[in-house]
Amino acid sequence: MSTETQSVKTYPGRDAVLSKGWMAAHKWLILRRVSQFVILGLFLVGPLLGTWIVKGNLTSSLTLGVLPLSDPFVLLQSALSGHVLASTALTGAAIVLIFYAIVGGRAYCSFVCPMNVVTDAALWVAKRLNLPKGWQPSRDTRFWLLGAVLVSAPLTGVMAWELLNPVTMLHRGLVYGGSFVWTVALAIFIFDLVLSRRGWCGHLCPMGAFYGLVGRASVARVSAVKRRDCNDCMDCFAVCPEPHVITPALRGADNGVGPVILSGDCTNCGRCIDVCAKDVFRFDVRFRNAAPEGEGRDDTAISSDRHAA
Amino acid sequence: MGTSYNPSSSALSRRRFLANIARAAGGAGALGLGMGLFARQAQSLPAQALRPPGVKSESDFLAACVRCGLCVRDCPYPTLSLADIGSDVPVGTPFFVARRAPCEMCDDIPCVKACPTGALDPNLTNIDDADMGLAVLVDEETCLNFQGLRCDVCERVCPLIGEAITLERLHNMRTGKHAIFIPTVHSDKCTGCGKCERACVLETAAIRVFPRHLAKGRIGAHYRLGWEEKAKKGESLVPGIIDMPDRLPEGGI
Repeated sequence: MSTETQSVKTYPGRDAVLSKGWMAAHKWLILRRVSQFVILGLFLVGPLLGTWIVKGNLTSSLTLGVLPLSDPFVLLQSALSGHVLASTALTGAAIVLIFYAIVGGRAYCSFVCPMNVVTDAALWVAKRLNLPKGWQPSRDTRFWLLGAVLVSAPLTGVMAWELLNPVTMLHRGLVYGGSFVWTVALAIFIFDLVLSRRGWCGHLCPMGAFYGLVGRASVARVSAVKRRDCNDCMDCFAVCPEPHVITPALRGADNGVGPVILSGDCTNCGRCIDVCAKDVFRFDVRFRNAAPEGEGRDDTAISSDRHAA
Repeated sequence: MGTSYNPSSSALSRRRFLANIARAAGGAGALGLGMGLFARQAQSLPAQALRPPGVKSESDFLAACVRCGLCVRDCPYPTLSLADIGSDVPVGTPFFVARRAPCEMCDDIPCVKACPTGALDPNLTNIDDADMGLAVLVDEETCLNFQGLRCDVCERVCPLIGEAITLERLHNMRTGKHAIFIPTVHSDKCTGCGKCERACVLETAAIRVFPRHLAKGRIGAHYRLGWEEKAKKGESLVPGIIDMPDRLPEGGI
């Protein structure tokens, strides 16, 4: 590690701000926030101003009276509880699945889901207050929960999870104006703040797990194309909501692993691209993943520690 | 670690792996069980919460409705709303309370058309075939018509006037010379729109719409009504039985 960057470091991404400027070092973060609020805004234009652009909510919507969109995760629960879905919903879910198969499964989590704003806020506060990380269950817990959700549907004959799902509850409450919507946001905020840092989005959310499965085959991926330039400042690991996804791509050169982050857990949030002063990362497609020969850095011999989190 | 004590290292990681799996599986199982119990409890819909037209049964509906609210948006009246968090109605599902705002029985049924999943049955094309519940005159002691007055409002506002609600004439025993017009709901016609409950002039409605399973009795499957069986056969069921003269009270008709 280069000692001079270590000694002046006060927060992750500082080097990038100094070398690229604040805007460039926050580009994807800003785009993400704009995306989250614009999408929520599109749903709110109708109820607030009376001009309907998007009707419904994230589980099922109709845009401009023609484009149906449906959440494949909720629809899967419905089908598993024994309902034969009508074609409008199936068309909507197919469009959504194809979209996320292109832009990255968990791009839903980072660019669309309103709960991300809540959990990011909790993380921001937790870091400033230096709160302990708290309960850190395995990141695979979400897949067990996903399994439980999908099994509970045929066992109960109803969409049992949708009676509890805080994600759909939050968005529905925001769009339809429930008087207790804040309780859901507050519950997840407190959970992430004091009980389990990044606990909801990073370890438990079965919806994120579902989109993560979509992401295992999705086209757009972050790639550590210039990983030879990496100076081990660790800023990308510090800001990444799923840091274990970085290691194989960033440090896999010696093992012949390609530079593309293939893990479905990656949310394609692009924050690693922002904070890297060396511009190691950029968005690429999953197919450009050949590990060039002789690419391995001569100054490193890092074991593939998959538990970097 | 592991250089001097290699065997235990792999045993340790295996043990940790199994413990992690067990913990995650246990957590998922507990959540599943909790969800199951919660789902069961949530299926007991409050009696005054009515579903939009095209819902076959509550459990089918909770399997089919994704709670998007498109039916609410396309309802031209303030009838439908989505259940709030903490409400007795399963969260996010559409419902209406007849006394607040009844179903106005639109001919084109926009709520059903808006439903993307088929939770509101698209085969319902005639709103008169809807079955949202069944009106019941629950309180004869306060219903004005039962007192011999001519309120008639529930019958007047019924979209299927003369079919779903009729006024059946009885003798007024109190005055001895007037009639009582009993509002009578016919379950084969009533759609459960709730306009009668909304319009009831009492402070608390004497006629109310309930889910059909709460409102309707059922005769025993073995039960036969003699006069119907007789009419069906065209003659007495027991041949040769002597029809004794009916004994009427003194001065009877």
